[in-house]
Amino acid sequence: MGKRKPTTMTSDFLSQALVYLGAAVICVPIAKKIGMSSVLGYLLSGIIIGPFVLGFIGKEGQDIMHVAEFGVVMMLFIIGLELEPAAFWKMRKAIAGFGLSQLFGTSILLFLVFISMGWPWTTAISAGLTLTMSSTAIVLQTLKEKGLSQTTAGQASFSVLLFQDIAVIPILAILPLLATTAVVADEAHPSLLSGLPAWVQTILVIAAVGSIYGIGTYLVVPLLRVIAKTGLREMFTASSLLLVVAVAFLMEMVGLSPALGTFVAGVVLANSEFRHELESDIDPFKGLLLGLFFMGVGASINFQLIQEAPAQIATLVLLVLFIKFIVLFGIGKIYKLNIDQNFLFALGLSQVGEFAFVLLSFTGQLNIIDQEWIGKLTAITAISMMTTPLLLLVHEKFIHPHFGIQEKPVEKPGDTIEEHHDVIVAGFGHFGSTIGRLLRANGIKATILDNNPDQVELLRRMGFKVYYGDATRIDMLKSAGIESAKLLIAAIDSPETNSNLVHTVRKHFPHIKILARARNRFDAHELMETGVSHVYRETLYTAVQLAVDALGELGFRKHTATRQGQKFIKFDEKALAKLAASRYDMKEYALNSKDEIAIQEKLLQNDLLLSFSDNDHSWDSNFVKEAILGKDPGGASTK
Amino acid sequence: MSNRVLILFAHPLFEKSRVNKTLVSDYPAGVTFHDLYEHYPDFNIDIEKEKQLLTDHDIIIWQHPIYWYSCPALLKQWIDLVLEAGWAYGPGGIALKGKSVFQVITTGAPEHSYHEEANNRFTIRQFLAPFDQTATLCKMDYLPPFVTHGSHRIHKDQVDEQTAAYHFLLDYLANNDLDIEALKKYNYLNDWVKENQQL
Repeated sequence: MGKRKPTTMTSDFLSQALVYLGAAVICVPIAKKIGMSSVLGYLLSGIIIGPFVLGFIGKEGQDIMHVAEFGVVMMLFIIGLELEPAAFWKMRKAIAGFGLSQLFGTSILLFLVFISMGWPWTTAISAGLTLTMSSTAIVLQTLKEKGLSQTTAGQASFSVLLFQDIAVIPILAILPLLATTAVVADEAHPSLLSGLPAWVQTILVIAAVGSIYGIGTYLVVPLLRVIAKTGLREMFTASSLLLVVAVAFLMEMVGLSPALGTFVAGVVLANSEFRHELESDIDPFKGLLLGLFFMGVGASINFQLIQEAPAQIATLVLLVLFIKFIVLFGIGKIYKLNIDQNFLFALGLSQVGEFAFVLLSFTGQLNIIDQEWIGKLTAITAISMMTTPLLLLVHEKFIHPHFGIQEKPVEKPGDTIEEHHDVIVAGFGHFGSTIGRLLRANGIKATILDNNPDQVELLRRMGFKVYYGDATRIDMLKSAGIESAKLLIAAIDSPETNSNLVHTVRKHFPHIKILARARNRFDAHELMETGVSHVYRETLYTAVQLAVDALGELGFRKHTATRQGQKFIKFDEKALAKLAASRYDMKEYALNSKDEIAIQEKLLQNDLLLSFSDNDHSWDSNFVKEAILGKDPGGASTK
Repeated sequence: MSNRVLILFAHPLFEKSRVNKTLVSDYPAGVTFHDLYEHYPDFNIDIEKEKQLLTDHDIIIWQHPIYWYSCPALLKQWIDLVLEAGWAYGPGGIALKGKSVFQVITTGAPEHSYHEEANNRFTIRQFLAPFDQTATLCKMDYLPPFVTHGSHRIHKDQVDEQTAAYHFLLDYLANNDLDIEALKKYNYLNDWVKENQQL
């Protein structure tokens, strides 16, 4: 993969970059806005700028794809990083079980289809194997975007895809054996080893994979430490890229899948301290290259071929999708996925994947399949990729609501009623997760809602029951069990969203008690106006605690400082309530920074007037003396 | 022979206290001064740490002003939390066995008001009965208190005198074998100091 050299000039590069980036920036947000995944947005923008619509790019689409396939390589590296060796080892049975049955089931059925079309068996086998592959790029990207990676369907999909990634290697090895013509120089995968005898190749291949482990552990990690110490951020990025490129290159050299190689490298580095840095460094490149890859797929669909034989192509696309779906659905049934998850699993993997492009160009060179069919199969592959986002949309809109319940993580399938806790925590960032931890430490299980998929994934790994979704949606709140819950903790980071949530809940579920997070006194005002009395300003308690410690550092007795802090909080909350009432006097919607300063000023003046610290005479013997001693020297009960 | 002496000091408004401030200034070396209100301003007492401190010392002093005929709230909290069943008392509770404990207290009212006939109606020793019994239940020797009365109108010279007496007591406790039974016979430890300081 990705061995083409850029042959164009700089101005060409700029205009091309303009076209690709422009198309992506316009199409992807539109796709997102109307509820489709970004993958579909990229595919559509590829078609639009491609040779058959606007014609901004011609056959370079193919070239671009070779570069962009590197996005898949990076994605597998990141997947490896997120998967510790122990977790990977745990999944081995699932990978073998799901993967093996999918590979054999699908390719045998497809083989029978092609045989029935009168193809020679060698052609039928290679076409069958090729179309059996599903798209790692589309599926994992989509699952991640929808926050479904940790669902049972997500895990099963991952197992199948990983197995396919591994299976590509033996398939590439088998294909030449099917060739009727003499083996042509392997241009798609130039391998240094081609000339060597088979057993030497085998040894070298094993050695290459082994060396990833050795080099990763004993060379890369120490090297990264050195580079990290230089403090040069871009050097670290460069070395992350170098690492991925080097591994991919090594794999290509020995004729292995670069994707598999980087995946192994990722797993090896998953336990190192640089896991997150590597991940965040590679991630933007991966995203952009994947986007480019999807655009390349869109642009490379040969509409001319489709126009010539629309019925044939359409039938084959549907047939391939159907066969893949049926096999996957059957496997899902055997492994007892519940029906909703099974649909997600089977529909999600029903497309033909990017490995098909590789395998097709290879089989083309081997003359196993003729050029016309290579073109058609390429078109089928690309079209089938287009269907996935649509099928998943259908799943989300029709199948999922129908079969209900489970987009949630399912350790114990079917116990949704048990999942309805008394407490719902909306927003599980640093603020909400602290609340969740303290509750959990006291045996209180909460239903947690968050709409950051990465955060959700992380917390699920940590054993929290976190549901992905927009907490301000009424249906989401209902499925989280708000109707039977007692307490809603509104802890969303964005004050606007949090306020929306509180408004929605006050309006539709007035029975529930709300404890709301507020950023500052102005947010607090707004929340108090909705009738919520439990408002917690994140700027109050921490700041007071800091001031208390500051007083301590300045020589105040700690206990005195603590009491002053406690009193200050009471005082400030009273002042807030008073001001909240008077806020109506002001032009409500014109609360600008000038008004904020005016309010601050008022607060500061009140501090001086009330001077609550002077009123404190607890334990003060002078006060006791003055109050009592003059009249009755013996009556003092205090010191 | 020497004893390790621990002062557990509890005063919620130490910064405004005249008598206690002087009493604990320049206390003799070898005495551990543990300021409870400074360590636990939020009353969140570290029980294990406190138990370790007790284990590491032979003579425990509860030093505090008398509020409403008893100790400040944090010291009561300390007693409630630290003196655990099975550790300080009850079956297997022998951690404090053989240690001595007494109180160093200040009262606003003069000594004569603490009498059956006077307005406080009971003696200091009577008011301290709960502490006496607490120590006894923990198999400790409860010694008489060291008391500074009339802190409201006490003169500076008198405070210095009290301080010298207290420091003499601390120094003696830290560096001598004690005749516990002899000490127990006194009403206040102040009286013992008076007899011995003059020698």
